[in-house]
Amino acid sequence: MSAIDYSEKIPNNVDLGEDRTLKRALEQWQPHYLDWWNDMGPDGSHNLDVYLRTAVSVDPAGWAQFGHVKMPDYRWGIFLNPAEKDRKIHFGEHKGADVWQDVPGEYRANLRRIIVTQGDTEPASVEQQRHLGRTAPSLYDLRNLFQVNVEEGRHLWAMVYLLHKYFGRDGREEGEALLERRSGQQDNPRILQAFNEETPDWLSFFMFTYFTDRDGKFQLCALAESSFDPLARTTRFMLTEEAHHMFVGESGVSRVIQRTCQVMRELKTDDPAQLRAAGVIDLPTIQRYLNFHFSVTIDLFGADESSNAATFYSTGLKGRFEESKRDDDHVLKGAGYKVLQLRDGRLVEAEVPMLNALNEVLRDDYIKDSIAGIERWNKVIEKAGIAFRLRAPHKAFHRSIGTLAGAKLSPDGRVVSEAEWAAKVDQWLPSASDRAFVASLMGRVAEPGKFANWIAPPAMGINRQPVDFEYVRFN
Amino acid sequence: MSHPPRVDYQTNPSIYRHWKLSFDGPVATLTADFDEDGGLRPGYKLKLNSYDLGVDIELNDAVNRIRFEHPEVRTVVLTSAKDRVFCSGANIFMLGVSSHAWKVNFCKFTNETRNGLEDSSKFGGLKFLAAVNGVCAGGGYELALACDEIILVDDRSSAVSLPEVPLLGVLPGTGGLTRLTDKRHVRHDLADIFCTTTEGVRGQKAKAWGLVDDIAKPAEFAARIRQRALELGAGSDRPAGARGVALTPIRRRIEDDALRYANVTVEIDRAKRVAIFTVKGPQGPQPSGVADIEAAGAEWYPLALARELEDAILSMRTNELDIGVWVIKTDGEAEAVLAMDETLLAHQDHWLVRETIGYLRRTLSRFDLSSRSLFALIEPGSCFAGSFLELALACDRSYHLALPDDEARAPKVIVGEANFGLYPMATGQSRLQRRFYGEQSPLDAVRAKAGRPLDADAAFALGLVTSNPDDIDWPDETRIAIEERLAMSPDALTGMEANLRFNGQENMITRIFGRLSAWQNWIFQRPNAVGEKGALKVYGKGDKAAFDWNRV
Ligand SMILES: [Fe+2]
Ligand SMILES: [Fe+2]
Repeated sequence: MSAIDYSEKIPNNVDLGEDRTLKRALEQWQPHYLDWWNDMGPDGSHNLDVYLRTAVSVDPAGWAQFGHVKMPDYRWGIFLNPAEKDRKIHFGEHKGADVWQDVPGEYRANLRRIIVTQGDTEPASVEQQRHLGRTAPSLYDLRNLFQVNVEEGRHLWAMVYLLHKYFGRDGREEGEALLERRSGQQDNPRILQAFNEETPDWLSFFMFTYFTDRDGKFQLCALAESSFDPLARTTRFMLTEEAHHMFVGESGVSRVIQRTCQVMRELKTDDPAQLRAAGVIDLPTIQRYLNFHFSVTIDLFGADESSNAATFYSTGLKGRFEESKRDDDHVLKGAGYKVLQLRDGRLVEAEVPMLNALNEVLRDDYIKDSIAGIERWNKVIEKAGIAFRLRAPHKAFHRSIGTLAGAKLSPDGRVVSEAEWAAKVDQWLPSASDRAFVASLMGRVAEPGKFANWIAPPAMGINRQPVDFEYVRFN
Repeated sequence: MSHPPRVDYQTNPSIYRHWKLSFDGPVATLTADFDEDGGLRPGYKLKLNSYDLGVDIELNDAVNRIRFEHPEVRTVVLTSAKDRVFCSGANIFMLGVSSHAWKVNFCKFTNETRNGLEDSSKFGGLKFLAAVNGVCAGGGYELALACDEIILVDDRSSAVSLPEVPLLGVLPGTGGLTRLTDKRHVRHDLADIFCTTTEGVRGQKAKAWGLVDDIAKPAEFAARIRQRALELGAGSDRPAGARGVALTPIRRRIEDDALRYANVTVEIDRAKRVAIFTVKGPQGPQPSGVADIEAAGAEWYPLALARELEDAILSMRTNELDIGVWVIKTDGEAEAVLAMDETLLAHQDHWLVRETIGYLRRTLSRFDLSSRSLFALIEPGSCFAGSFLELALACDRSYHLALPDDEARAPKVIVGEANFGLYPMATGQSRLQRRFYGEQSPLDAVRAKAGRPLDADAAFALGLVTSNPDDIDWPDETRIAIEERLAMSPDALTGMEANLRFNGQENMITRIFGRLSAWQNWIFQRPNAVGEKGALKVYGKGDKAAFDWNRV
């Protein structure tokens, strides 16, 4: 009894119709996935017709097909980037050998852990964002939220595909567990802490998709280097979607800034109270949100010195960002890397073995990348003629993982006393009243082409549709 | 590094270099006369009846020949042809030049041979008498300890001793320490003196301390031995008039990457470090009455199987150290195996059938004691029934293929009477008892299904197999399990497997293989034994051992 018409229902390039292993696994999992989507997917969204992009193949024509669909009918597909012929392992102790098409027994446990950890973040973010649809500032934004959500769902499919195809029974159990954990549920939380935090408002959502989905990008880039070829090919395809999520975040924050600057110019003020009274989010509040999301996200890269990181790299499971563009020996034995440590109340640089510092290496690459986007936001402020600059906080600010965990520093990297921290934390991180204010702005705008007061419209619509296109139809 | 020649466990009396086997009615005499120049490896001489693996291979063979070729024998006398030397134990120079792996394998095999003497005494009616007619030191005394009785010549010079600690800085590791206490109940403080005295204990004191059963003056020694040998055998039911079964050479082909016997094949995948043992079940009509069994002799299937399997295990242990996983498969008809079991059980009191069961029992025990990961694969065409199910039960893990869409082809296991105690492990428990910690309810549940073919799900539900993957999961699940196993530390695996296999209660044998061997293997690795100035290294070189005095 086959409940699924594979080629039609699940677009794929993995020959799903012919693969007994996958078919059997998915016959069980797919209904559970739909149950999960119905329970934990976007709240109150199941009947909406949403203008969504669906990937039906990996070639340029097929990866982006647009049309209105009800989300429970979304065709979540399974795609791997096309195989690279004769691909070789290009880092770690197996460098030069053929990449693996199967899971080597020796690395089963670590590979499974990597895939499960990545996979767990995908449904988690859908859960975190599930109430946002009720307060979307426009149909355009609502559609973007849902697009991100269905693609996070597809990312879950991608990871579950690997678990089902390559990890046998263990993999199926893990696939089920991915549907059973719940973001923020105390007894049954998602694996990584950042994915148990709420995404309470749209500013948080944009910050999250800018910063935290960018963490996803870097993790996926590192996995795209993996010697386990199916993982490398799967994650490479996921990266095309991740780029869109970051676009949603970057443009979203940018439009918030644009609107605020517009009102600042109109009212000729930078007084937060006046701006808030005018219904826009003042720039210092945006800076505090930025501080929060930046610091919480860089924690996701893990401890600055990690034996797991060394093992994952040396055994070829996880590379560095743009591994092949680096001109070192790709083995890294004996190489060193500078990490920050807090000693006697002072920040000092300490040289540690590069292999153990690979989390830090990835974090530093990430920081560079995210600062570039912050600079683009500053261009918006600059263009409005306003003398204010957003800044990424210091790497050691507000950390809770690694040797810097719990260190008290100001966003500009000054070590401060407990007393100073307590006195100034509300200037540095969103306070309860900040959050309450932002929450007070939230409310659904459902008329095509209309936007909430606190956000500017985008420069253009989706898929060359006009901005006032009916991106979501309420039935 | 050049490859040393492979060690062959097959031999026969016509080519023995170390033992003489003679028969006199119900008494067989095994006379130690080790050829000094007959060492298995170069670099040492087997002086003073000191032994190496080659000597023990002959001993193992000789005892088997007595068991099968001479049913009239009820008592085996072990003695020496050397003047005033019975046996001075394992050759120290051999130990000095051997790798750790060699020493451990050597000790294991010698332990198994000695346990085999006790096993035959307990189950097979064959008694052993150590006629200690000269110096009896170390492994020599340990060999005597494995006999039912020890009679020491009282010539005012011959002593029994365990000088390993004071002389060599190691332990009497072939069961010596354990048998002294558990078997002979030598008081622990007297044992302490005995084990730290290089010259040992002789005469009346040896008897008083319980180190020997009796002493006899040289003049009356031979007569006393003869008399005691007859008395020991008096209770045995080994038949006087039966004709023995000649243990003809086993037929085998040794290839670079395979061992091929009539009923056993071992195929080695060197790249993967895996060996696949395939055990073939009985083929064609088999004898069911004792006359036909006797007529079949060494060709009788269960006997042939035991000999082939033993040779394969010993060969793989000694010659293929880095083949870390042994995959066990079977091939044949379950009904044929169960019919074989029926024959074995029906005639288990007949001497030849009893000896054959004993051979199978000791051979299965060798699996338990092999320092390799054992994985059974239960696949279509297999015959894991009754005695053959023991092969799976002996494994660390068993994978039973489920074929939900093909009931007819789905492999089945069948629990038989043979699984309930015919082949006790060294612990004295059956492997089923071991599996369920002797708990009644799971054993009853298994018993209730005895005789019925059990597919993977049924066997899994009863706890008889580790895992029941279906045909979709099978290739990856088994491959990954084996690959994963092979990536782990072989030392840690050996230790872990031994601990898990020998769960539950301890007895003398498990203490020998567990406690004594573990300590010995630790000491064998320590600089105080094998360092430049270690006691074992400097022995006989005129140097004094230099110890690191810290107690660990
Ligand atoms: Fe994702
Ligand atoms: Fe994402």
